[in-house]
Amino acid sequence: MPRGAVRIDGERCKGCGLCIAACPHDVLAFSGTLNSSGYDVVCVKRPEACVGCAFCAMTCPDIAIEVYREKTPAKEA
Amino acid sequence: MERRMLLRGNEVIAEAAIRAGCECYFAYPITPQAELLEHMARQMPRLGRTFVQAESEVAAISMVYGAAAAGVRVMTSSSSPGISLKQEGISYLAGSRLPAVIVNVVRGGPGLGNIAPSQCDYFQATKGGGHGDYHMIVLGPSTVPEAAELTMLAFDLADRYRTPVMILADGLLGQMMEPVTLPESIDPRSLPPKDWATTGAAGRDPNIVLSFDLDPEALREMNRVLQETYRRISEREVRYEETQTEDAEIVIAAYGTIARIAKSVIRMARAEGIRLGLFRPITLWPFPYAPLRALADRAETVLTVEMSAGQMWEDVRLAVAERAATPFYGEMGGVVPTPRAILNEVMSHVR
Amino acid sequence: MSAERDSMTQVFARPKSLTDARFTYCPGCHHGIITRIIGHTIDRLGIAERTVGIAPVGCSVFAYLWYRCDALQVAHGRASAVATGLKRANPNLIVFSYQGDGDFASIGTAESIHAANRGENITVIFVNNQIYGMTGGEMAPTTLIDQKTTTTPDGRDPRLFGYPIRFSEMLAQLEAPVYITRQALYDTRRINDATRAVEKAFRLQVEGAGYSLVELLATCPTNWRMSPVDANRHVAEVVTQVFPLGDLVDRG
Repeated sequence: MPRGAVRIDGERCKGCGLCIAACPHDVLAFSGTLNSSGYDVVCVKRPEACVGCAFCAMTCPDIAIEVYREKTPAKEA
Repeated sequence: MERRMLLRGNEVIAEAAIRAGCECYFAYPITPQAELLEHMARQMPRLGRTFVQAESEVAAISMVYGAAAAGVRVMTSSSSPGISLKQEGISYLAGSRLPAVIVNVVRGGPGLGNIAPSQCDYFQATKGGGHGDYHMIVLGPSTVPEAAELTMLAFDLADRYRTPVMILADGLLGQMMEPVTLPESIDPRSLPPKDWATTGAAGRDPNIVLSFDLDPEALREMNRVLQETYRRISEREVRYEETQTEDAEIVIAAYGTIARIAKSVIRMARAEGIRLGLFRPITLWPFPYAPLRALADRAETVLTVEMSAGQMWEDVRLAVAERAATPFYGEMGGVVPTPRAILNEVMSHVR
Repeated sequence: MSAERDSMTQVFARPKSLTDARFTYCPGCHHGIITRIIGHTIDRLGIAERTVGIAPVGCSVFAYLWYRCDALQVAHGRASAVATGLKRANPNLIVFSYQGDGDFASIGTAESIHAANRGENITVIFVNNQIYGMTGGEMAPTTLIDQKTTTTPDGRDPRLFGYPIRFSEMLAQLEAPVYITRQALYDTRRINDATRAVEKAFRLQVEGAGYSLVELLATCPTNWRMSPVDANRHVAEVVTQVFPLGDLVDRG
């Protein structure tokens, strides 16, 4: 499986939790840290589990998540 | 078409709008302006322009809003109850600084009223009608040829000041036929482009058309811009006509259809030795307070005559104050006063 | 983290046709998802320079702030009529109206029906969250039976206030519309479906095909008094029973 990574804009995050629920690999969690708007922002808890599926970013209502993915290596002949 | 033709008021307003470069017309049927709608329905498609019979006057004024935002010349027409329905939309047009022309062929009211001519929408037109601190320029034609001229002017003023303009006609003017030489046509493509219009943000920052700001100080500033516009309009665009006022002991103040009747009354009065004149506002907003005030210094009486319970009368009293007597003669319900009835009223104030 | 990202490509980014403004919507509100979908659609179709959005009255009154496009903010309920005037005046524009259930299905009922009936070549996005959000949570025409709102504190009683209106089904009776669909956003699969629907609706306008309507079942966590996650589940399990998902008209 290709590896992925997400970057969360803490100031846009409203702590709604939809991304945590959407993630199939338990990558995300509430950080317990409040941003300047007073929201408990989401952070990457298990980066090693991220596959870059972007389910989190697709559901984020504040477009607070960027998603990156490794290119799939070519198959051996 | 430069020759003189016998034309109906409603049709003349429609044709003048077309010649002024009106590209979109949206309206709902209502008596007594059906001929205006019908003329647009026939002519606009022939010219490749837009005609839509809207589902209501409410929808029509919103279609006007959309076309105005697109930067084209646009008009709607209706009569009193339909104009009531448009008030929200008119407030939005004014607040968003959108040019548009709105024709009110006034009928008897209030409520359903009747389809006879009246002047009972003066307050609605000049004092608001819609919510908020705004004004429309209001033009009151008194003859069919003047209706053509003022329709052309309405589109110019609307574009010049980015404001809705109302043509306040009445059922009599809308229905009557007079010889008219129609104005020359303006090619809408020759009109100056509107850099504020929502034409698509290619190569520029987006244009936003709105009348909204949650921040009171920002909305105050938007209102200041409107008030400054109205101040400039009041300075530059007042129009009125005086007839035989130089030596007048009594002056009729009247607009629209009543003013043309008053011109007959002047002839009758002067034949009986009464020095009667006429002060006829052409712009009902901005109202010609200053010239009327000056006139009141010379005349003893300014008699307001309206087909209403006394609406323009209030502005006359504001202008004249204590300088002259300010009696009123009105007819309500669509009753049109005869010249003889008005003359009797004039005589009762000089004898 | 950044060292890892160097060997990766970005597969999800903010749409270019959206501004950088932060959305004013509540946490978990689906308006933000819909706005992003529209932004990505405008990007994909390359139409930002001729798109004009029409913002309603309601929570999305600020919609004109989100797009790098011309926009109008218009009177409550009138967006479909304004869209008509705008599109007729300049058919080269791609015109979309964005309305909630009060704007589209209550005060705007006549304008909504007649723009559809005339087959105006516009794209209408109808956000159905069965409640009036901005004004504090009153009943909408789409509110469910027994649903508690501030104007139905004991739950909507159909004997007093009628039944939830299935507006898309009503408009599907008309001859002119070319595409009417109802979608939802409560999970990734629905978001994908909704994305395809929105893109189809915009593409149909670009092709000059006619009127399209995308009704989107959305959440209002604040006024439903639910967490965003529970609100999503409510749509999945309850709301879709009253408002079935799928295409109602597809003549495109």
